[in-house]
Parts: sequence; structure tokens; C-alpha cells
Amino acid sequence: MSKEHTEKRIVYSPDGEPIEIDPIKDYFEGGRPEIRNPRNGIIEKFANWARSESLWILGFGTGCGAIEMRPLMTPRFDAYRFGYQWRPTPRQSSVFVISGYLSVKTLKRVIRSYEQMQNPKFVVALGSCTINGGMYYDSYNTINRLDHYLPVDVYITGCMPRPEALLAGFDHLKRKIKEGRGEGANKYAENFDWYKANQKKIIKDWDIPDYNW
Amino acid sequence: MKEILEKVKRVFPLQNIKKQRENLYFVETEKIHLVSLITNLRDINGFKHLVLLTAVDRIENGVFQLTYLLNNDELKIDLGVRVFLDRENAEMESIHHLWKQAATYQRELREMFGINFSGSPRVDKAFILEGWDGMPPYRRDFDTLKYSEETYFPRPGRSTNDPAEYMKQKMYPDE
Repeated sequence: MSKEHTEKRIVYSPDGEPIEIDPIKDYFEGGRPEIRNPRNGIIEKFANWARSESLWILGFGTGCGAIEMRPLMTPRFDAYRFGYQWRPTPRQSSVFVISGYLSVKTLKRVIRSYEQMQNPKFVVALGSCTINGGMYYDSYNTINRLDHYLPVDVYITGCMPRPEALLAGFDHLKRKIKEGRGEGANKYAENFDWYKANQKKIIKDWDIPDYNW
Repeated sequence: MKEILEKVKRVFPLQNIKKQRENLYFVETEKIHLVSLITNLRDINGFKHLVLLTAVDRIENGVFQLTYLLNNDELKIDLGVRVFLDRENAEMESIHHLWKQAATYQRELREMFGINFSGSPRVDKAFILEGWDGMPPYRRDFDTLKYSEETYFPRPGRSTNDPAEYMKQKMYPDE
């Protein structure tokens, strides 16, 4: 298998100046995730309220469930009125909606995107595919249980869930954050080795550092 | 269509000429003649477009069946050319020099069925399955349920019902 994207190479600037690029060093940041301790009392409560009222969703559709997010954005269901909005990059977002089935190839990209998101971050798993594999339970290429690879905050059942179900799920997530139970990122940091071992078990050509924040 | 097939039949051995529709025929040929037959069809008989290249695993006969579907735009007809390969060490000549897009099909067949198209560009690169090291998954002796259960942590408690039986039980319990 080729590893071109991680090999050292020389590129030339418009002026013809050679620039050496070592992708593993330049494009990835290693290390381990850190556990974020909650601040005391009322400050954390205020922060949680603020977080829950402006959930920014990463615009990354992994499976067929991405279709259900389009009507959510548009005027009929209009999720923006609840403070949800879709962002183009992981750095700006706090919610990762895993929309439907996840193939192994996509899972690798999902993990990298998840690790690039800033703390605190939440995962909403949509559809029965993320719970037990759904109709793809016997596929050679799609995962069965998302919670073995990423910490999941809210599951939304259905195949496909309607946009109303998604709104209800986001509502549940809001309540969870306000109660201070939205600790997925800490869970990921605490059980990092377990998650990583599960991920590496199925992603056989793991050619990037373990933690790509 | 008939005239073209008659004309081609004089030069190449064609078996099992099957009429599916007025404008769709399937023929079988031998592995060694395939590339020259397709070249003939493309350059002389106007089948200028490769619609698809696909494989079927005929495990009962121990062969892979490759189908090259060609389209003649002037006469509005399609012709499927079939060829059988041994399942053991399946190998086929590449046709990427006739149509560049055939390389993508061949790359996929290499990955999913393990059919070797030597000389085709980038044929050994991962196409969909990155880092796959087991048996090619589209072969019919690959047990996908067993693989999934061993690999993907199945959630316990999953059960299935036969839809017909289940609905009968539910709607007419007395019968």
C-alpha cells in the first residue's frame, strides 16, 4: 500500500525556492489528549449553559443520514433558531454528528476530525447503523458499534430518523450538557488507550500519529 | 446488430449468442481472443464506448465471469462480451490502452475479486479498502457475517424475525 501522503518531499514556492516538507512533523501534532477539569461551581454552570445554547455542528456527512441534516438547515425545520449551526472545519465545531453507517475508510477520517475538534466536544450518533450496525450489521466494511471507537453522548434511533427526532436528540444533548454530563472528551482522554486499540484493530494501515490534535 | 455479429463471427470464435432485447446482445468468447475482439469491435464496428466492466463469481463452476459491455452510439445498440477465467490465480489482460477509464474498473476488480490485471496503471493501490490483507470480500467463499462478528464488536441482543411469520403472528394470532 502506498504512503505517499506521509512521505518526506520537497515542494517549490512560486519563486522557485525549495521547501522541505515532512508531513508527519508538519501536518500532524502528536502527544496525548489531556483531561480537562471542570471549573468550580457557578462558573462551570454558566459555561455549560453557554455551550449548550450554541452547538456548532461539524458539516461532515458520513453516511446516508447526512440527507436528514439538509431539511434541518432549511426553513421548514430551521435548526438555527435553537442555536445549532453547521461549520465547515473541525476547529470551529463542538458537535460531531455521525450520520448513519461508517465504513472503515471513513472512520479513519472521522477519528482525525474528532481529535482536531476543540474541547469540550460532543458526539451525536444518528440512526441504527451506529448503534448495532443496522441493516449493514453483516457488512465486511462498516462498523457495528460506534461507542467502541468514539465516546457517544446521544444516540438517535431510527432508519432514518426524521428531522424532528434529530431536534429531540439535540434537545436531549442540551439538557445533558446543562447538567454537566457532557464529558465525552474527558472519557476519550481517560480511556485513550482502549479507544486507540479498538480503532487500530480495524484500521490496519494506520500511518499517522496516534493522536492528531 | 445481426450483420455485425455474423461478420465478427467469421474471424473470432463466439459462443452462446444471446438476444436479450432488440438492441442488447450478449456473446461469450475465449480469454485469449478477448482483447483483439474488443479492439475489432471498437475500431471497425463502431462500439466506441465502454459502458462497464464487471465480474461475477461463479463459484459452482470455479470461474469468474467478466462482462465487457460496449455501446455503439450510431446504431444505438449494446453488446456484452463475456469471458470466463479460472478462479485460481485469476488473471486477465488489461484493456486500459483502449479506454483509460478501464483502469479504474480493473483496480476495483483487483481489490474486490482478486483478479490480476497486470500492467494496468495503479492497479495494486488500495481503491476502497485501505490496508485490507484478507481474502477479497466479493468472492463468494468470503463469509461476510463471520468476518463482521469477529471484527466489529457486535452488540449483543440483536434478533431478527421473518417478516411474513412475524406479521401473521401479530395480525392473526388465532389462525
